[in-house]
Amino acid sequence: MNDDAQSIQNSVKDYLLKTFLPGEDPDSLTPDTPLISGGILDSISTVKLVTFLEEQYKVEFQAHEISSDTLETLTDIAKTIQLKSAARA
Amino acid sequence: MTRLHQFLERSAQAYPEKTAVVDAERGVSATYSELQKQAEAIQEQLAAAGVVAGDRVGICMPKSIGSFAGLFGALRAGAAYVPVDSTAPAVRNALIFNDCAVRAILVAGNLAESLCAELGDGRYRSAGELAFLAPHGVPAVLLVAEPRTEQRFDGVDTSNLAYILYTSGSTGKPKGVMHTHASALAFIDWCSELFAPNADDCFSSHASFHFDLSILDIYVCIKHGGKLVLLGESLGKQPAKLAEVILSERITIWYSTPSILRLLAEYGQDAQHDRVALRVVFFAGEVFPVKHLRAVMAMWPKPRYLNLYGPTETNVCTYYEVPVTFPESRTEPFPIGKDCSGDVCMVADERGQEVPHGEEGELFVKGGSVMRGYWNLPQRNAEAFFIDKQGGHWYKTGDVVKVNADGDYEYLGRRDRMVKRRGYRVELGEIEAALYTHESVSEAAVVATPDVENGVVIRAFLNWSGDKSPSLIAMKQFCSKKLPLYMIPDKFIPVVALPKTSTEKVDYQKLLEME
Repeated sequence: MNDDAQSIQNSVKDYLLKTFLPGEDPDSLTPDTPLISGGILDSISTVKLVTFLEEQYKVEFQAHEISSDTLETLTDIAKTIQLKSAARA
Repeated sequence: MTRLHQFLERSAQAYPEKTAVVDAERGVSATYSELQKQAEAIQEQLAAAGVVAGDRVGICMPKSIGSFAGLFGALRAGAAYVPVDSTAPAVRNALIFNDCAVRAILVAGNLAESLCAELGDGRYRSAGELAFLAPHGVPAVLLVAEPRTEQRFDGVDTSNLAYILYTSGSTGKPKGVMHTHASALAFIDWCSELFAPNADDCFSSHASFHFDLSILDIYVCIKHGGKLVLLGESLGKQPAKLAEVILSERITIWYSTPSILRLLAEYGQDAQHDRVALRVVFFAGEVFPVKHLRAVMAMWPKPRYLNLYGPTETNVCTYYEVPVTFPESRTEPFPIGKDCSGDVCMVADERGQEVPHGEEGELFVKGGSVMRGYWNLPQRNAEAFFIDKQGGHWYKTGDVVKVNADGDYEYLGRRDRMVKRRGYRVELGEIEAALYTHESVSEAAVVATPDVENGVVIRAFLNWSGDKSPSLIAMKQFCSKKLPLYMIPDKFIPVVALPKTSTEKVDYQKLLEME
């Protein structure tokens, strides 16, 4: 799998649109849309997103990492996954 | 009479070196004597800043040992503490602090600037950092009202107030529920009777301090010299990690809304649940679908399971212990049970007359655990209570119930437009008020429908004047600037016109039927 930032963003975007934003115009979800503070992900959907990321990218999140520092935007998510993948390798 | 902070004083004398509180998210802890010293230091700073008995002290910090000590520091200063959701928009928190005219505010360092801006120009000044809190994780700043002016609130008796918890208000403005030391104690003492807590117990602290579930965790634990494990916002979102903390800290008393228990059963399966030390699991705040309760009981078969019921206004007024076994075929939720010892409940009709046994009516509550009233809302207070011929004050819960064959109250629904979401109260009118501030919304109506997966789904119908249909993302972002996250609707539906009744009111019944 190609884990560069763009492909991570694309795949997470697809997942978010399909799972939490059915019918939404894909252009509305930009790399900088605030997902947590913007009310798009609530606590249950955040758990689902983290589970998806852990399974898809074979990474693990610590408790303090489930926050708007790491998951606030698609850009943040891609950065977090890349850092975690690099640490694992 | 005991005041709440005396529980800490006494336990600090009895168990000075025992761990009082653990911050599971930051990996730090404090002994009883350390916690007592922090509370004393905060009290001194508050007194130096001019806080006197009868004042209010705001707390706008993430859950941490510092904010925990802050509650006791404020109480020691003779003030009532006013905790808010530090993740909620600063505009809403400022509205709350201005409403009850807090004399001082303990605020997380990174939130001070935005809060100050919303509080109004020059109304509060920084009285410096609370540097002694930093080793325990969250740097905090003390804000003080400036200049010091005497504030008068006719009809508000602030003596003996312990805390004010703000809940969603139907007109768009949150309302402050005032509890005294006495009303909190009535509830805490009842808890002591119910499950005989002791110094070996380890309590979870899952609910935020602005949520009434926190009263049991905090004060019952400290009263009995137990250990309290703070489960912060981030940790609370990770059930697998929560399950590990329950195991590693050997938590014996768990208290939360059903929704997090459901997540634990669904995603926390990897932990070794046969080794958990849990002896009592309390849940409250919303109906627990039996399907999910059954999954939790299968995961943890040993503890007692108790449903506690009561609006913020009454603390807890009824309770029900779930039987150890019940038929597989059962799908209807369990009842909310019988009166707590210090309170009396009755099922009443619209005139306040008790209805015949077994018939539907509104649940009224009177007794020691009932609030003093709402902050500075005399008319709302007059409506909230029914006064009987003997002068007894009954709080009208708005919940429709009936008594079943076993003498337990069964919850049937609401009289008004309040719903519960993740245990929080949501007045649909407050959401509508926020939506009306959108430039493209000429009319808004919000309805909630029960949902097996999510508990409740909130839909907003909008008479929309914008060019394009409203984007879900844009609308959620808009709401996030006005409302706490748990109040943001799940769906936004544009309509040409809202359906109306013959009296030109919004026809909510018709909206409920619309897809």
